Amino acid sequence: MARVVVDVMLKPEILDPQGQAVADALPRLGISEVASVRIGRRVEIEFTGEADLERAREIADKLLANPVIEDFAVSAPQEGPAA
Amino acid sequence: MSARVGVVTFPGSLDDGDAARAVRLAGGDAVRLWHADADLHGVDAVVLPGGFSYGDYLRAGAIARFAPVMTSIVAAAGAGLPVLGICNGFQVLCEAHLLPGALTRNQHLHFRNRDQVLRIESTRTAFTRAYADAQEILVPVKNGEGCYVADARTLDALEAEGRVVARYVGENPNGSLRDIAGITNEAGNVVGLMPHPEHAVEALTGPSQDGLGFFTSIFSHLGRPTAASDTAAANAPGASV
Repeated sequence: MARVVVDVMLKPEILDPQGQAVADALPRLGISEVASVRIGRRVEIEFTGEADLERAREIADKLLANPVIEDFAVSAPQEGPAA
Repeated sequence: MSARVGVVTFPGSLDDGDAARAVRLAGGDAVRLWHADADLHGVDAVVLPGGFSYGDYLRAGAIARFAPVMTSIVAAAGAGLPVLGICNGFQVLCEAHLLPGALTRNQHLHFRNRDQVLRIESTRTAFTRAYADAQEILVPVKNGEGCYVADARTLDALEAEGRVVARYVGENPNGSLRDIAGITNEAGNVVGLMPHPEHAVEALTGPSQDGLGFFTSIFSHLGRPTAASDTAAANAPGASV
């Protein structure tokens, strides 16, 4: 499988009200040691041929992330045992 | 001759019908444009309406930006075509880099739907010429991702260049930085705003008729009299001379 993973996160300076709402809910679970929660998006891309990190970066930059508010990281996970 | 104003329909557009109606009430001809058709059919201006284009998948406006009609609109906007993006249309304009910044989730996480007072901050754009400086207008606002953000340098530049078109008056409905409700590009022909002037164009359905100015402004910008003013001119004494 030629899978590439793109992780998209809001830039640190952009407010993440969803993450804040989750963080605010944690005390109801009895969890008090979490300082903050940030929510992002994980995108898995399957290439028909070889995994192409450069191409994945282009996809991320043009479509998957909005560089005004988001950062992204591209990685090719190690092949695990076939599912 | 009256102006022909294109109104784009994406899959998931909601307010294209109201936008077309606002164009007609303002005295223009509404031309329906389809997202998959790159042909702008010779329109004099374009409105990108509100709604949830492509289901707001990924980010609001992110996929609409790559629709064939948008390729033509981006090129034409660069050549001076007046383009107004309302709500989802504003999000599309930011995603298409025709306007700086981005619209993010409302700070309080609630979808906000109410009538909102705005102050018109710039009357030099293609869509705000009909207003007076600092005029306050009442139009509906309805969005879940209307929080305008940009870095401080961009915000300072927008303010310094008079490119903030409208600001929220009273409670800020979504957490937008510096209470910004709408902005314009450097040339003033591209305007985006989150509130909905097309829902405030007649007494029966709107909280006011304050929104009509966004649409009548197009005609004075283009130097075209509207059908209504044509009629008025025809009825004026001495009009036949």
